Amino acid sequence: MKKLLNTLYVTSPDTYLSLDGENVVILRDEERLMRMPLHNLESIVSFGYTGASPALMAACSERNIALTFMSQNGNFMARVVGEVHGNVILRKTQYRISENETDSLQIAKNIVIGKVYNSRSVLERATRDYPQRVDIEKLKKTSKILLNAIELIKECKSKEELRGLEGAAANRYFGVLDDLILQQKDSFQFSGRNKRPPMDNINSMLSFVYTLLAHNVASALETVGLDPYVGFMHTDRPGRISLALDLMEELRAVYADRFVLSMINKREINPKGFTQKEDGAIIMDDDTRKCVLKAWQSRKQEVITHPFLNEKVEWGMVPFVQAMLLARYIRGDLDEYPPFLWK
Amino acid sequence: MEYNEEEYLMLSGIQHFAFCRRQWALIHIEQQWQENVRTVEGNILHESAHKDDFNEKRGKVIISRGMPVYSRILGINGVCDVVEFHENKNGVSIHGREGTYLPIPVEYKHGKPKEDDMDALQLCAQAMCIEEMMLCHIDVGYLYYGETRHRQKIEFNEELRNKVVRLFQEMHELYHKQYTPKVKPSKACKACSLTDLCVPKLYKTLTVKEYIDGIIKEE
Repeated sequence: MKKLLNTLYVTSPDTYLSLDGENVVILRDEERLMRMPLHNLESIVSFGYTGASPALMAACSERNIALTFMSQNGNFMARVVGEVHGNVILRKTQYRISENETDSLQIAKNIVIGKVYNSRSVLERATRDYPQRVDIEKLKKTSKILLNAIELIKECKSKEELRGLEGAAANRYFGVLDDLILQQKDSFQFSGRNKRPPMDNINSMLSFVYTLLAHNVASALETVGLDPYVGFMHTDRPGRISLALDLMEELRAVYADRFVLSMINKREINPKGFTQKEDGAIIMDDDTRKCVLKAWQSRKQEVITHPFLNEKVEWGMVPFVQAMLLARYIRGDLDEYPPFLWK
Repeated sequence: MEYNEEEYLMLSGIQHFAFCRRQWALIHIEQQWQENVRTVEGNILHESAHKDDFNEKRGKVIISRGMPVYSRILGINGVCDVVEFHENKNGVSIHGREGTYLPIPVEYKHGKPKEDDMDALQLCAQAMCIEEMMLCHIDVGYLYYGETRHRQKIEFNEELRNKVVRLFQEMHELYHKQYTPKVKPSKACKACSLTDLCVPKLYKTLTVKEYIDGIIKEE
């Protein structure tokens, strides 16, 4: 399997990224703060507004290194997209599928099956891991509802209907997510998802890691030659990485939500690191963001067995594996797109 | 039948195709490519073989590096690492040179001689291009291996030539259909630079339907 390499997170807002030979060099006021060989890197994420040199952008796109710019608050600003990789025929088939309700529904269904199954797995895990602390009966009940939802999803006949079923399942799941917070309850409560802006600490963490995940998935799609902007479930909108958002649905609960929950439950995150603005919006401070990034990086290294390939891979490779399986389905190697089903 | 230029396939693709037709299709039809250590080292070796752009004469031999060749009959084009032109009275004339010469292609390979005929097929295809372009006949060529630093003589017999013709015909058919064939996974997959994208495992696993139903029914 392709190797999982490092991601370089540049969190100081006043630094500039440049290229020197085969290295990325981080500068502040002409002074070199750090240099790192590009061949060790899979992606670079920079927080702040200063920027990077065109030479570095070219070097990254040539080497398939995703270069992403975020605002200091972790909002996505831009990605460097180089020459398009892979084959035009793969992408044309992708576009054809995206415009065909029946064909795109088939892929979208499997993605949503993955999403609902995995959110259910998060609940099931909690009943096994903390039987003394969680309301098993309540979680089991929701889990049962989600399992039934999968049967309905399998039978559904339109994307409209599919979106309805997905929304209902997501509400059920988010409805009990607060039950999985077992530490620091005073500072971390979840009463539903909100994002523009996030109004509580958990939502601000979720928004941040969803952005990180979305851009991991987008660069995985580019690596295998798919167009991250043309989706099967999310409708096209200029600048929106619809296919990345589609593919990410399977991973939100098992990858991002679990990550946030475990940081809170293991007290790896300090509630003091969140500031509330006058209107209630929550902003994470720099150190908290760094702490999240560090934990995110080590979560990526954890090894799991991929359920479809039956092969050991790092968590960080899962977006790539799913992108590759999707490309292989589009090329006609597989009978259906196999979603990532985590037990 | 003759092919026109738009239909030409890459000559060097024959070695991929002989190794694994799926690998060839991934590279040449799907244009998926991943650099790995071997391909990078290969590029470096070829760069040095092509370095001096054109001719050099050593005694009775003209050495031409990086010579572009094509064949309308096979529908291919490519570049020869080195073609030696040996002065010989049974040879053919060359533009701008006195005397007659016999062309002998030499292909540089990283690594050591292989048990299969992939490299010989590529060399033979080069010879067939030169024959068509220069109206001559070529009996032998050489494969030079970087690891052993030795030349291996290859005879272009009927069997080898027929195989070249047959393989390129198949490649044209697949290319026309834009079809990536499925191939049984084998030991060769371990040495392949494209396993991540090819995923030979796909053919050993269940259908996706069985996979999804299997996991969900367990509950």
